[in-house]
Amino acid sequence: MKEIFFLIFAVLTILTALCVPLSRKPVNAAMNMLVSFVGLAALFVLLETYFLAVLQVMVYAGAIVVLFLFIIMLMDANQSPPPKLVRFLASFAALALLAVGGYYLVFGCGSGPYPEISAAAPAALSRTFGVELFTKYLLPFQMTGFMLLIAMVGVIVVSRKHEPETTGGEK
Amino acid sequence: MTIGLEHYLFVSVLLFAIGFFGVLLRKNTLVVFMCLELMLSASILALIAFSRYHSTPGHPLMEGNLLVMFIIAIAACEVAVGLAIIVALWRRNQTVELSEINELKH
Repeated sequence: MKEIFFLIFAVLTILTALCVPLSRKPVNAAMNMLVSFVGLAALFVLLETYFLAVLQVMVYAGAIVVLFLFIIMLMDANQSPPPKLVRFLASFAALALLAVGGYYLVFGCGSGPYPEISAAAPAALSRTFGVELFTKYLLPFQMTGFMLLIAMVGVIVVSRKHEPETTGGEK
Repeated sequence: MTIGLEHYLFVSVLLFAIGFFGVLLRKNTLVVFMCLELMLSASILALIAFSRYHSTPGHPLMEGNLLVMFIIAIAACEVAVGLAIIVALWRRNQTVELSEINELKH
């Protein structure tokens, strides 16, 4: 049963992710990315990390995709011209090279025996998560909060309307 | 067929490769940025798979999961700043095509 679910969600994630670079309009790319992130969250559920699955749906599929859609709506970015054939072939060659190389890296004879999954490992997962986060990783946690603040200030500074004398490139 | 660590790793590799493909292929800044997000989420999947498969009942390893939480926070920051930069570019040049933003080149 778990194998079937893994196959379904893996194929869903990969196919919709492949539709992101191949779709012509940015809105379609954002929608495909949304489905891909939801499929990824389903894979997290299969790995029994429920908290991060919820976080993935809330932050990635909720906040980030909505932010992308807002920006697309603001700029009404029309569809870009299709890429040249040479460019497409070169990019596809890079994709095939990475995929085949990754296949031999993961499934090849050089890659050692992988650990088996243990049945009931993450007992009281959220509790362990919180205790670890607020004891051992308290300093990185605080720094993440400061980083969010810095990013917010930076976004305000970057997207502020500039004064006429500070914009050098205006004609 | 049982699902092992290697299958999750292969999905992660494929996701990363697709993101790289998009970064190389597209010239729209927004789609390039989306593909960067795909690459980041591929690394998240690999981290969670490693963390889950190395945990035992005696020692539920949380390091990978905690790292993933920090990565998600950083990704949110990165998207906010990057989209602000794209909006500033749009306001200045009225385009988001990478082939037309070449002022530093000349």
